[in-house]
Amino acid sequence: MPTNDEPPQQGTANTPAAPPATGGTPTHFAQPPTASTPVGEPAASGVPTHDPQPPTASTPHKKARGAGGKTGPAAGQPHPRRPRAERRRTPYTTRSNALHPGAWWLWAIGLATAASRTTNPLLLALLVAVAGYVVAARRTDAPWARSYTAFVKLGLAVVAIRLVFNVALGSPIPGTHTLLTLPEAPLPDWAKGIRIGGRVTAEGMLFALYDGARLATLLICVGAANALANPARLLKSLPGALYEAGVAVVVAMTFAPNMVADVARLRTVRRLRGRPTGGIKAILQIGLPVLEGALERSVAVAASMDARGYGRTAHVPPAVRHTTTVLTLGGLLGVCAGTYGLLAAEGARYGLPVLLTGLAAALAGLRLGGRRSVRTRYRPDRWGARAWLVAGSGAAVAAAMIWAGTYAPDALHPGVVPLTAPELPLWPALATLLGLLPAFVTPAPQTPQESK
Amino acid sequence: MIHFEEVSVTYEGHEAPTIQQVQLTIPEGELVLLIGPSGVGKSTLLGTVSGLVPHFTGGTLRGRVTVDGRDTRTHKPRELADLVGTVGQDPLAHFVTDTVEDELAYGMESLGLAPHVMRRRVEETLDLLGLADLRDRPIATLSGGQQQRVAIGSVLTPHPKVLVLDEPTSALDPAAAEEVLSVLQRLVHDLGTTVLMAEHRLERVIQYADRALLLPSPAAAPILGTPAEIMAISPVHPPVVTLGRLAGWNPLPLSVRDARRRATDLRARLATRAPLSTSQAQHDPQPPTAKTSHKKTRTGEPTETGGAGGYDNPAEGRVHPERPAAEGISRLRAALRLRRGTNATPPRAAKAIATATVKALGVRRARIDALRAVTLTLTPGETTALMGRNGAGKSTLLNALVGMIEPTTGTVTVNGRTPHRTPPRELIREVGLVPQEPRDLLYADTVAAECAAADADAEAPPGTCRDLVTALLPGVPDDTHPRDLSEGQRLALALAIVLTGRPPLLLLDEPTRGLDYAAKARLADVLRDLAAEGHAIVLATHDVELAAEIAHRVVILADGEVVADGPTADVVVSSPSFAPQVSKILAPDPWLTVTQVREALA
Repeated sequence: MPTNDEPPQQGTANTPAAPPATGGTPTHFAQPPTASTPVGEPAASGVPTHDPQPPTASTPHKKARGAGGKTGPAAGQPHPRRPRAERRRTPYTTRSNALHPGAWWLWAIGLATAASRTTNPLLLALLVAVAGYVVAARRTDAPWARSYTAFVKLGLAVVAIRLVFNVALGSPIPGTHTLLTLPEAPLPDWAKGIRIGGRVTAEGMLFALYDGARLATLLICVGAANALANPARLLKSLPGALYEAGVAVVVAMTFAPNMVADVARLRTVRRLRGRPTGGIKAILQIGLPVLEGALERSVAVAASMDARGYGRTAHVPPAVRHTTTVLTLGGLLGVCAGTYGLLAAEGARYGLPVLLTGLAAALAGLRLGGRRSVRTRYRPDRWGARAWLVAGSGAAVAAAMIWAGTYAPDALHPGVVPLTAPELPLWPALATLLGLLPAFVTPAPQTPQESK
Repeated sequence: MIHFEEVSVTYEGHEAPTIQQVQLTIPEGELVLLIGPSGVGKSTLLGTVSGLVPHFTGGTLRGRVTVDGRDTRTHKPRELADLVGTVGQDPLAHFVTDTVEDELAYGMESLGLAPHVMRRRVEETLDLLGLADLRDRPIATLSGGQQQRVAIGSVLTPHPKVLVLDEPTSALDPAAAEEVLSVLQRLVHDLGTTVLMAEHRLERVIQYADRALLLPSPAAAPILGTPAEIMAISPVHPPVVTLGRLAGWNPLPLSVRDARRRATDLRARLATRAPLSTSQAQHDPQPPTAKTSHKKTRTGEPTETGGAGGYDNPAEGRVHPERPAAEGISRLRAALRLRRGTNATPPRAAKAIATATVKALGVRRARIDALRAVTLTLTPGETTALMGRNGAGKSTLLNALVGMIEPTTGTVTVNGRTPHRTPPRELIREVGLVPQEPRDLLYADTVAAECAAADADAEAPPGTCRDLVTALLPGVPDDTHPRDLSEGQRLALALAIVLTGRPPLLLLDEPTRGLDYAAKARLADVLRDLAAEGHAIVLATHDVELAAEIAHRVVILADGEVVADGPTADVVVSSPSFAPQVSKILAPDPWLTVTQVREALA
């Protein structure tokens, strides 16, 4: 170690907690400690030239920087001196600082909850914009990240379908502004309340539009979570006993795109046989080869998994094995009996306790069953401060909207009879903007520098 | 490390065992190369080591296989997972997770290693295989060579003592194959891993092997020896060995370097002669008898066949590859002539008009320029080899020529028509493509049904396709299911189907993938004959030996641009990655194939 002990001690001591203010004061020995803080170095640029540090001190200096570099930008990139604005930026995403996928899902569920509480198109548009901005800022170019556009299209389709239904089947909303009148199909008496065709009113259409927009926003929020969080990693966070099910889902998920690619390839290849590439016949003819290919591939993957130790079990003493069986089976029976008790009139008193005991027994069985599995987990995702912030921002949006629903319900549900222009309620709108927080606190995706 | 004791394997529904009398010991730390023609049970032998045969595949295993003392009869594959790592030909069929790092960790997770051990080993493996930059990348976005390295890395992390590889470089371009092989080399030398590897492309691997294990024919006892010993008797051998046998070198050279050192006198002997130009050699309609006369018939002398490696089969009951090929060709000619006669088409070879022209072709897919300003003219009777690394745009160019891809800029014309605007029914009479996976072309249950469908598609007289099949693929019964054909046979069937429409332009994408030397030699003969008949042929291939053997012209693509275009000898001789072995050995003289050398010496 170097002769100068002080700098490294300082450096390691105030690693994460160093207030930015101390970093800005350029003393003679200010270099090492500030360099070690993840936020970066002071802006004072003249310091290094008359730095009285002996050359030996550069070793701890570097070391401290290396330690800080882990949470910092992409490892190995030199960052000699960054301006103040740059150090406020979040680091590039790596495996170590990647956000827990659960946090993204909670955030998205928060936004979706908020969306389900309002039909105000302006608020819904704001929610979509918030989700869209975060996705644009934080999604990677991984295959699963491309699903966002699909969800947006699905949302638009939902709105369109809702409107078409409204035109065709009419709506219960009374309205005075008739847009057009379709010929009404006469229906027998017993089908009272159902209408086909008839008057289409502006009020009804507007109501349908609001309603469809709400559903579309929900879908887009789910799409955002899908694009931001790797679904496979989310499944990895499942408890051990459910692991095998998780693997099955992951393998299935990687298969679906392969099958889609197969269908596309075989359809274009039909051209080489001089057959049209479209139409039902084409699909039918390539169906069998596609399924055959999928089957072959799944057998190959199964062989690979087997050869790589999938399904290895630890030796479990028979007593434990039997206990597991008894607990799981007994627990499930208990759950069934308890549910029946709750639903049936007579046993309501016993229902709840039996259900709870059954549930507890089943969970204990699952837990004990986990012992049979020898698996360990490689670099599980950690739930850190950033994850709390992301999940919290989603929850805050949801909470604010729910609160607004009791406080100012009119603003969240603009009336359609009579026709009025919806207004943007100030406070719910500001609260919705909280959902943008992830775009600023989560690690940024790498710019695709070496991806091609 | 691996002991086989009187091992034989019989699959269900087969009467004869697939492999039998396997009695051998593979010592620790050796790279053993398993060689032999297609269908002799190489994969089965490899499977017995990992326990997948018979635990996963079914069948009956007699005798005993022990790996590091563990008996595969009592240990299932998963219980050998910490000892044996298995990698197959298709890395995509191997992956369980979706990112590189997770994939490397998967095996260790299954074995229940402690997290800090896993972390350390993943980092070590990333460095060992040069994957550190790719650690967070989704596997689907990697190139073939990178994927194969990830597959190898994923079985290395549990620190297996034995690595079993089934054709690890077959699907890779030469550079990617080098990548993988140098990794294997390093494992054997630095870590003392025992590697057992099967591979068709011997020219790539033979020089790395410590030992070679030869399965000469189905159910014959395997022979273990040094690579040079085995090469002296092997029915399959790379061009360098073929040349060595021809020149009578002893011991046989296995690498270009060895051969070059000994080739001084051969070069001197050849200095006075010039090779027949490739085109001359190919247009020369050699009668089958002329070819057989090259064979040395003295006993004890190795027999020589096709230049792209050789193949001769000592097994009884198996037909000699050359005879059916020659026979097939005469029949093929008859079939083609028959079609000519009925359709009164003038022989196209006489015309000097271009079959297809590609002008300033650009293709963009999702913001990536797959092709940029490609200009090419294809003339009748000319065979063009399209080379370049994976992803260079070879397949895209072929697809543009058959109209599966619409050009973004520039034009493509085939016989005056624009492929992507021509209805498929008419297009198959202008241009035919045999795709990388010939199976994609086959839909029917039997060969006969497939042929009937092809005739109907091409509006050819009934029986046209069947005649072609008989010519290309003698002895295949009508009721065979296409799935039961070997790779080479399936390729021939797909080729016959494509030829049914009599397209003047014939395209083949990676035709030699998974073919052994015999099948390859037959394919070369067939293609040469088709070119002589006036077809313009374009092959997209990584196989430099095949290109040297049959192509008149080589076009090299890189990043979607044509970087070299000229006669094979000119383009290939100077290139370190695209030169065939013979050319490397005899450089600077422009010899490309063993056949040329043999003819010059004769």
